[in-house]
Amino acid sequence: MTAASNNDPFVRDLLGRGDYAIFSEIVAPQTCVLDLGCGDGELLRWLADNKDVDARGVEMDGAKVQKAIAKGVSCYQGDIEECLADYPDHAFDYVILSQTLQEIRQPLQVLNDMLRVGRRALVAFPNFGHWRVRLAHLFTGRAPKTTRFPHDWFDSPNIHFFTIDDFEILAAREEWYIEKRVFLDGNREVKMMPNLLAETAVYLVRRNR
Amino acid sequence: MVVSTQSKRFASLELDCGVTLAPVDVAYQTYGTLNADRSNAILIMHAFSGDAHAAGVDEQTQQKGWWDSMIGPGRGFDTDQYFVICSNVLGGCRGTTGPGSINPATGEIFAMTFPVITIGDMVRLQAKLIESLGIEKLLSVAGGSMGGMQVLEWAARYPDRVASAIPIATTPRHSAQQIAFNEVGRQAIMADPDWSDGNYYGGKLPGRGLAVARMVGHITYMSDESMRQKFGRRQREDQGIFEVESYLRYRGSQFVDRFDANSYLYITKAMDLFDLAAGQQSLTAVLERSKTKFLVISFTSDWLYPSYQSQEVVSALRRRNQDVAYIELTSKYGHDAFLVEVEEQSEIVKGFLVRVTKGVNRR
Repeated sequence: MTAASNNDPFVRDLLGRGDYAIFSEIVAPQTCVLDLGCGDGELLRWLADNKDVDARGVEMDGAKVQKAIAKGVSCYQGDIEECLADYPDHAFDYVILSQTLQEIRQPLQVLNDMLRVGRRALVAFPNFGHWRVRLAHLFTGRAPKTTRFPHDWFDSPNIHFFTIDDFEILAAREEWYIEKRVFLDGNREVKMMPNLLAETAVYLVRRNR
Repeated sequence: MVVSTQSKRFASLELDCGVTLAPVDVAYQTYGTLNADRSNAILIMHAFSGDAHAAGVDEQTQQKGWWDSMIGPGRGFDTDQYFVICSNVLGGCRGTTGPGSINPATGEIFAMTFPVITIGDMVRLQAKLIESLGIEKLLSVAGGSMGGMQVLEWAARYPDRVASAIPIATTPRHSAQQIAFNEVGRQAIMADPDWSDGNYYGGKLPGRGLAVARMVGHITYMSDESMRQKFGRRQREDQGIFEVESYLRYRGSQFVDRFDANSYLYITKAMDLFDLAAGQQSLTAVLERSKTKFLVISFTSDWLYPSYQSQEVVSALRRRNQDVAYIELTSKYGHDAFLVEVEEQSEIVKGFLVRVTKGVNRR
């Protein structure tokens, strides 16, 4: 993986996650945050403790919901795609969707819902355009398996395979305003040719300029 | 923890039906210590057949409380940190005024002259009790089944007086199925000749009817799986009956010793009449003023109070972006799960209460 050490100024890491580090830099203190697919609530707990945010989460897996609530996170057990409709417009300052967009049946619908219930959407996703994915596909001629996409095709939770360029094209078509984009290789920031070199993309998006 | 039941008398209570009960007695127990700023009080509300003895060992009967596993030092409702109160509901038969009490106007037992009561009436009486204990705002109100209905009623009627609410395995209104089961229970009691139009006090109790009512109840509290595992088709060799029959008969006869048949009629009717959204456009409208933080819990195998009923409350709260945590805990124990699944509930209740306490202290 990346050769970056902890001394590298470009290394970002929060709770072992590069995207979390970017989120934590972006989210303003004392805001209201909804995390879709919040797992056991570790990011929300961190944001509540360190940024004093009103933290809410949605998670499908009951065992994770139990851990999140036990941690003091307001977590709702339910389906991301079904639950968003209930919330009023602009109920949240940020709606976070981390590493889940590729698993969702209707990604565009969810992104639009996120931009309705939140003033801003924070989206992190694995980049299927990364060179390692391309090489794996080119050389093996099979569904690519990498550290970022470790599953066999038949038991993968991922149902959409898209790249940074794909997301940019969609954002332009939908006329979303991209406030910030950060690309990561491991936890190190990628400045050049992100569609080829970045494993993870983090976008801060809002509806209008 | 040795506990004893206390009692308070209030001059009067106006009921939803228009009748005023005067005076009214409330039996209650408390556990833990009320802190200096009176901000750590939690009101626990019992289910249909419960009583004020929620936790600890009763001084007189030496029996454990009905939710002892959840309430106590270090437990889900940690009495080292919180002051926990539980009272017997209005219409009950365990120390609070009910159909078995003396009507002061006539000097005779109310029996079926007792006025119709509602979940709202029960909650207004609890509010009197809380006031009399010098508590302005409760840290939390919690309860399962009918206790959960009271939790919802508290949150809707007294939004400024409850910082948080924990409704468990409950509903904003009874479905036709829930009313149907209650009606079978009521009819079983009233079909017992010993019921004598409710005037059985001092004579032979309508034990057969009440026992049958309880047997039906117990079936609805379990699940197909839990009954299969607990009884299967095993038989009691000594009696020549199935174990499940023996169990239900035992539960039925045991119930007759501790519960008043008329209380059964009045309290089940109060449950059936309960509709949190009655007279309002929607559940969301009912909870309009509420800033209460919610923790809603349901159980996978609970077919008497199915998860969709809890989810309706959760959806209504989310539509106004209220702080609501919700979990459907996996359990095979049916409706009884809220009494049985202690470990999971303790863990989430603890975490929830810590968060609520932080929020209260910040203000």
